[in-house]
Amino acid sequence: MTLTLAVLDAFGGAVDFIFSPRPSRGSGPDVGGLGQVGELTLEHLRLSGAAMVLGLALALPVGVYLGHRGRAELLAVGIGNAGRAIPELALIAFLVAFVGVGFVNVTIALVVLAIPPILTNTFVGIRQVDRDAIDAARGVGMSELQIALRIELPLAAPTIIAGVRTSAINVIATAAIAPLAGVVTLGDFIINRNVYGDEGVLAGAILIALLAIAVELVLAAVQTLLTPRGVRVERALAARA
Amino acid sequence: MSVSAAAITVAQAGSDFFRDRSEADCIRDNGAFCAGWVIENADRYVEPTLEHAFLVLVPVALGFAIAFAMAVASHRARWLVPPFIGATGVLYTIPSLAFFFLLLPITGRGNVTAIVALTAYTLQIIYRNIVAGLANVPADAKDAGLGMGMTERQLLWRVEMPLALPEIIAGVRVATVTTVALASLAVFAGAGGLGNEIIAGSAITFRTGIVVAGSLMILMALAFDLLLLAIQRHLGRWRVAGRERAAGAPRLRRLRAPGPERA
Repeated sequence: MTLTLAVLDAFGGAVDFIFSPRPSRGSGPDVGGLGQVGELTLEHLRLSGAAMVLGLALALPVGVYLGHRGRAELLAVGIGNAGRAIPELALIAFLVAFVGVGFVNVTIALVVLAIPPILTNTFVGIRQVDRDAIDAARGVGMSELQIALRIELPLAAPTIIAGVRTSAINVIATAAIAPLAGVVTLGDFIINRNVYGDEGVLAGAILIALLAIAVELVLAAVQTLLTPRGVRVERALAARA
Repeated sequence: MSVSAAAITVAQAGSDFFRDRSEADCIRDNGAFCAGWVIENADRYVEPTLEHAFLVLVPVALGFAIAFAMAVASHRARWLVPPFIGATGVLYTIPSLAFFFLLLPITGRGNVTAIVALTAYTLQIIYRNIVAGLANVPADAKDAGLGMGMTERQLLWRVEMPLALPEIIAGVRVATVTTVALASLAVFAGAGGLGNEIIAGSAITFRTGIVVAGSLMILMALAFDLLLLAIQRHLGRWRVAGRERAAGAPRLRRLRAPGPERA
């Protein structure tokens, strides 16, 4: 009972922190409130977005090419497996200690995390495209590029977006420790407890969780939109069978 | 003048590079890997490594037990699959760092918080793989089992689970490797682990410490993965044997008829 009340009290304080500014624990301007929350959320999204765009720009073409040619399967799948083993904290710390702090450096670190799931899922998605569909496309005289872009890519889209979702979750989660490398994301509320206090820490945790869930929901909607109608029908039939 | 000064600088840099530097110099210059320091301080990594392994094994074991129970339940009641996927998906989406601090008012700082958050993260990966593994069991094998008079329960444990095993263990492998990496953040929950060696004090600028702790985590992930791969191969070996048998040869050992002499 007392624990429940204490928990409710803590979360109430965190919500209060999000909506109304208060004096800093240390020296400096007021902290909390929607103004600062908005600012840090934008920075969080800017950092994650930059990493995702760069990650997609690098991994998608390579994945489509390797998948279409059916080459370097070990590499494409192996990178996905190896990517999971990268410890986020060690990656950011490595960057701080060897390269230096700042937006560009952190973005590069996050790109390293963004690439593996996108590359692997693109490769696997393209490889799994029905051979008959590709033969049919070749039969009507499509070029290899057309086959890759107009047959394989749309049919692989659901699998590719699944990889993008995994990447986005990792990138947003790791962007939370970016303040260690000098980029003030929402993680700042958590990492600088001496400035924001316990209520700020909890507020940061709530905001990061909500941001991740919101991005995940948007990408899930994108996945549904990009799933070709034929594939959707096929899956519905398979689910019923 | 400036040219000669530059030449001297270059010469010094070169001699710095080739000189057999003492360990004190290496530490002072924040070298990438001061081997002497590592050898001298090897014992300080024993406890964090064990803590880290604990923070991986307990969540994966708990996650497997929960996900397995969920999969068995949703295997009987198919309508449970979408809500289970949804619920574990939300837990998977919440970043671990945020999860630790969301739990803090409830479970306090320490192992419990870290274990709850890391366990929650593994559920989606393991659950999805068990469900997919069971769904991929060939209909022929199930029909054969039913034709031999198996009950639903016997079919699940003697036909479907053994055939789904490679995919189930594949899920456990992914969950384990991911958890080794994520447990680096457990230091924020006050649960120690190798993350402590990276972030404690001013360590985030100490290159050798970061390289050692990071390498230990990657090696741990690799070791667990290879161990599980060996288990996967070991448990799946009868499948290969079955495939190599000619038609009409003795049936698969695990697909034996449930008779009173075995029960």
